[in-house]
Amino acid sequence: MRQRIIAALGIAGLAATGLVACGDDSGSGSGSSGGGEKVTIGIKYDQPGIGLKEGAKYTGMDVDVATYVAKELGYDEKNITFKEAPSAQRETLLANGQVKMIFASYSITDARKEKVSFAGPYLTAGQDLLVKADSDISGPDGLNGKRLCSVTGSTSAQKVKDKFAKTVQLQEYDTYSKCVEALGAGAIDALTTDNTILAGYASQEANKGKFKVVGQTFSTERYGVGLKKGDTATCTKVNDALKKMVDSGEWQKAFDKNLGASGLKLDPATNPPKTFDTCA
Amino acid sequence: MDVISEFFSEYDGLQAFRTTIYLTLLSAVFALLIGTVVAVMRVSPVRVLQVIGTAYVNIVRNTPLTLVIVFCNLGLFLQLGVALANKDSNTFINDNNFRLAVLGLSVYHASFVAEAIRSGVNTVPLGQAEAARAIGLPFLKTLRYVVLPQAFRGAIAPLGNVLIALTKNSTVASVIGVTEASAVMKVMIENRPDVLFIVFGIFALGFVILTLPVGVLFTSMSKRLAVKR
Repeated sequence: MRQRIIAALGIAGLAATGLVACGDDSGSGSGSSGGGEKVTIGIKYDQPGIGLKEGAKYTGMDVDVATYVAKELGYDEKNITFKEAPSAQRETLLANGQVKMIFASYSITDARKEKVSFAGPYLTAGQDLLVKADSDISGPDGLNGKRLCSVTGSTSAQKVKDKFAKTVQLQEYDTYSKCVEALGAGAIDALTTDNTILAGYASQEANKGKFKVVGQTFSTERYGVGLKKGDTATCTKVNDALKKMVDSGEWQKAFDKNLGASGLKLDPATNPPKTFDTCA
Repeated sequence: MDVISEFFSEYDGLQAFRTTIYLTLLSAVFALLIGTVVAVMRVSPVRVLQVIGTAYVNIVRNTPLTLVIVFCNLGLFLQLGVALANKDSNTFINDNNFRLAVLGLSVYHASFVAEAIRSGVNTVPLGQAEAARAIGLPFLKTLRYVVLPQAFRGAIAPLGNVLIALTKNSTVASVIGVTEASAVMKVMIENRPDVLFIVFGIFALGFVILTLPVGVLFTSMSKRLAVKR
């Protein structure tokens, strides 16, 4: 028995060193690429209109803003490497230096500021609902007794349940596309997350005319550029680049191209952004 | 370390692990039932049943579990309208997802259970079955009174492995919205990125607590109950 325990511990130890070695590899591998001419930027791969990977092509508002900002920072377009930044990994990717910047519908919050620095905001979105085109749901208050969909781990659905409709039933999936599928099949009544993401799904080729964004936002999400904690130098440069993008009209062009077709109405008081947070 | 008290109060982590345990136990029972039937089909003398049993094991075992679970929800429920709970109930979504997950986990692990039992059948010497036939027992009675009792005792260790795998695989149920342990972990990581590793550690420890005793129990049972030959 004793021998067996020792053997088991030994194997566990081996497994652990394997994992550690793995972490080291990825850290140093991409760390070197961040220093020179090349830059790695974190985006979302699964949000149409915001950050989407189709084959080898990257499209969306986040991608276009990221490309513009990177150019202003002196990185040529062909030297940009996009890397997927899933919500749960964003802080770690920045802390390890695996990505230099993150443009991934990344809302600026106080809890996140503990771990990362934010430049921006470059877009102000708000939580909203996506419903079928013929639905009579006009806002979060009308959701009582209805079925609502969101993504596991997101705060969006919980907010609706806590603040507006107590008796709403929550369906959670691992991706928004499954929610869109369920909404199309009529198994759920509404999908909730930021209006920008919803507009992206509503204007996808396959969904045109089937859904509408309700247009009653009930939160403010200020999308910022995630940077390594304390990287004020880059932060200032990013803010200058964003300002230039807005002033030159390139921001509006990118918005029209990616989200304009959806008829999305952003709050004109905050979009396009005129003031940026001070870098700290 | 207030994240640990948050785990108990705010996120109700114990309830999440309870859901994990229910998922595991219910699926284990159904997987054992389906798996036994499939194993019997595979060792039966009827050619058609053999083919069906073999096809079941090879198809299900080689399909990724995530696909099986997602199919239960998007395929069975959304497209074909198969609901496993009362549609008018105000907990319909949770009940339905839980039962669909149990269905998916059972069907998937039944193929591994079937192979474990078949390996148990292989430990029973051929002479046992021949002797049973010689005293006039038909196929099913031979299985029930002579072969299967010995086969199960020989298959305890691999069945234990299947149960441990099932415990961990139950986390896949979160893709269709069952709030078991890994789903709650995702919520905690979303809200508290500052204590990422502690959150991860709590849930890893939870799974060790669930699976380690099962392993020890099945190892000792396999030693005590094995038929000495």
